[in-house]
Amino acid sequence: MTSLLLQVENLTIGFPRAEPVRNLSFEVRAGETLAIVGESGSGKSLTALALMQLLPRAAAVISGRIIFDDRDLLGLDAREMRHLRGRDIAMIFQEPMTSLNPVMSIGRQIGEVLKAHEKLSGRAARERAIELLKLVRIPAAEKRVDDYPHQLSGGMRQRVMIAMAVACRPKLLIADEPTTALDVTIQAQVLDLLDTLRRELQMAVVLITHDLGVVAQWADRVVVMYAGRKVEQALPGELFNDPLHPYTRGLLSASPRLKHDFHYLEGPLTEISGSIVSAAGEVGCPFRPRCCQARASCGHQVPPLIAQTPDRLVACPFTSSLKAVPDAAHLSL
Amino acid sequence: MPVLIRIARTLRRTLLQAVPTILGIVVLNFFLLQLAPGDAADVLAGEAGSATQESVAALRARFGLDSPVLEQLATYLGNLAQFSLGFSPRYGMPVADLIAQRLPGTLTLMAVALLIAILLGIVLGSLMANFAGRIPDRVLSVFSLLFYSIPSFWIGLMLIVLFSIKLGWLPSGGAGTIGSQLKGLPALFDTARYMVLPATSLALFYVAIYARLTRAAMLEVKSQDFVRTAYAKGLTPFGVTARHILRNALIPITTMAGMHIGGMLGGAVVVETVYSWPGLGRLAFEAVMGRDFTVLLGILLLSSLLVIIANAAVDLVHAWLDPRIGAR
Ligand SMILES: Nc1ncnc2c1ncn2[C@@H]1O[C@H](COP(=O)(O)OP(=O)(O)OP(=O)(O)O)[C@@H](O)[C@H]1O
Ligand SMILES: [Mg+2]
Repeated sequence: MTSLLLQVENLTIGFPRAEPVRNLSFEVRAGETLAIVGESGSGKSLTALALMQLLPRAAAVISGRIIFDDRDLLGLDAREMRHLRGRDIAMIFQEPMTSLNPVMSIGRQIGEVLKAHEKLSGRAARERAIELLKLVRIPAAEKRVDDYPHQLSGGMRQRVMIAMAVACRPKLLIADEPTTALDVTIQAQVLDLLDTLRRELQMAVVLITHDLGVVAQWADRVVVMYAGRKVEQALPGELFNDPLHPYTRGLLSASPRLKHDFHYLEGPLTEISGSIVSAAGEVGCPFRPRCCQARASCGHQVPPLIAQTPDRLVACPFTSSLKAVPDAAHLSL
Repeated sequence: MPVLIRIARTLRRTLLQAVPTILGIVVLNFFLLQLAPGDAADVLAGEAGSATQESVAALRARFGLDSPVLEQLATYLGNLAQFSLGFSPRYGMPVADLIAQRLPGTLTLMAVALLIAILLGIVLGSLMANFAGRIPDRVLSVFSLLFYSIPSFWIGLMLIVLFSIKLGWLPSGGAGTIGSQLKGLPALFDTARYMVLPATSLALFYVAIYARLTRAAMLEVKSQDFVRTAYAKGLTPFGVTARHILRNALIPITTMAGMHIGGMLGGAVVVETVYSWPGLGRLAFEAVMGRDFTVLLGILLLSSLLVIIANAAVDLVHAWLDPRIGAR
């Protein structure tokens, strides 16, 4: 078994009025791709920002531990954390259009992260930036290195972001919906690139997405989040063949690309009724208001995670009865 | 190289626009000044006290003040075409010489004031943005509001009262110690001493503007995604502020600074009068009082030239600061 690189234990993130991430635990093994899926607002980005210790000012980690490489990140001071950022843990953001500084050439922006962590002259940093641009398959890298972000397409900008993120060969790369803003063909290219780099540079990737197609193709393990909590954890194969949590089942039946020999013209796509907002401030299972299997006992407490195998967790006590009627969940959703 | 091309393109566009602008300014001002009652001959005659109808008429004839307005304009433009600004009846010397005497004084005063205003404004604005909503921000906001609303002549007078009269640290007027034989560094230091108060009075209003502008611009830039990217790289807060936030925030500030150069010339009239600083502002004031319109036109022409040059400089700075501009 490969070693643990990152261990998040009972992480709770709070704003003054809300706790968008609650009691979240997961771990990342060296070199693997862990996908975190969940609909908009389920707390994926906040979790990622907490790992980087870059939460917005109003937000704070209320409790929990984030163990990276045997150190609790929450116990580090600002300086120690700065040394980790960009060098050991790097992050790619959701919006390639606005995540690059518009008035600085991409070569300089890549060089900057190198200079921050390694003693490099301006010329050496530039050379490395060109190498990195080649690494992320940007054509004519020698010319492109002096370009400004507005001269690049969205896909190219995301490649530049990736080049910047992998510049110091991080052990962990957090990619927060790296392809949401890109069109489908570019999406696949960028994700393939990420996967190749992961293998070449032996880094672990936390891939945040709400696209189950992405999970199926690129993830080693999956964590499904709902309303700031982990509701299911599985290997992709298990998840798609045998989803346990009613929310996961709903997600799957709402994804057109995953149903074999299913075309959206042949039948309706199901949706999960209700919205995530309606789950706020409830006691009991957060998914209860939208769950077709809900029963009275679901309102008493948040269902604990039940381990079916060490890698298979689900936060619903009624999964065996659900399994008896395989398609029940999304038929009635 | 693309930087140079961008800059060259900006420069050419500016030059093409400058010529018609200046011509328009001259013609418009010429007619505007004709509306003022009286002319140089009247004032000269009034000051002499013993003028007769004939001597005034003779004066007018000598300086061409009796010919029709359009003819006067044609003469003036004709002079301009030969790079001559005409002759001042009042000072009895070519306007160009007169202006050349006074220009350096005003230019240094303005340059120093602008430099103080921009540097101090950016530093204070950065502080305010950094402590937004907290005590330092509040205190500085009050001060900037004060300096924004107090007229510069009053600030000038108060500075004189405090630093020249009460404390005796700095001279209250003039541009250098009279009759001093200083050379080199001591001479520069002497001039600097005389410069401090006028430059400060001229600058304070603009310090207030730039501080507020910097604060607003930095707060806006701070919330943008690329700033988060910069932090994610492991840069220090200072590095992020200096290289990412400030650089983007400077763009609106340079625009304003360019627009303020014209206004500063106006402010210089007041400040130069308060501190008896020998500059263009005071010359303009004297020219108005003496109805010496050739001098005034010369000064106006030069000011507009100055503003155009300043704007071109701002365009250049912009082309350098913001790569997106040259793309157009
Ligand atoms: N500045 C903030 N103040 C208050 N609440 C916030 C703030 N930022 C985020 N939240 C809340 O935190 C929750 C989680 O947000 P987060 O950005 O982590 O969602 P996400 O899973 O990344 O969604 P998406 O797929 O849209 O990116 C949301 O419900 C949101 O309302
Ligand atoms: Mg997000």
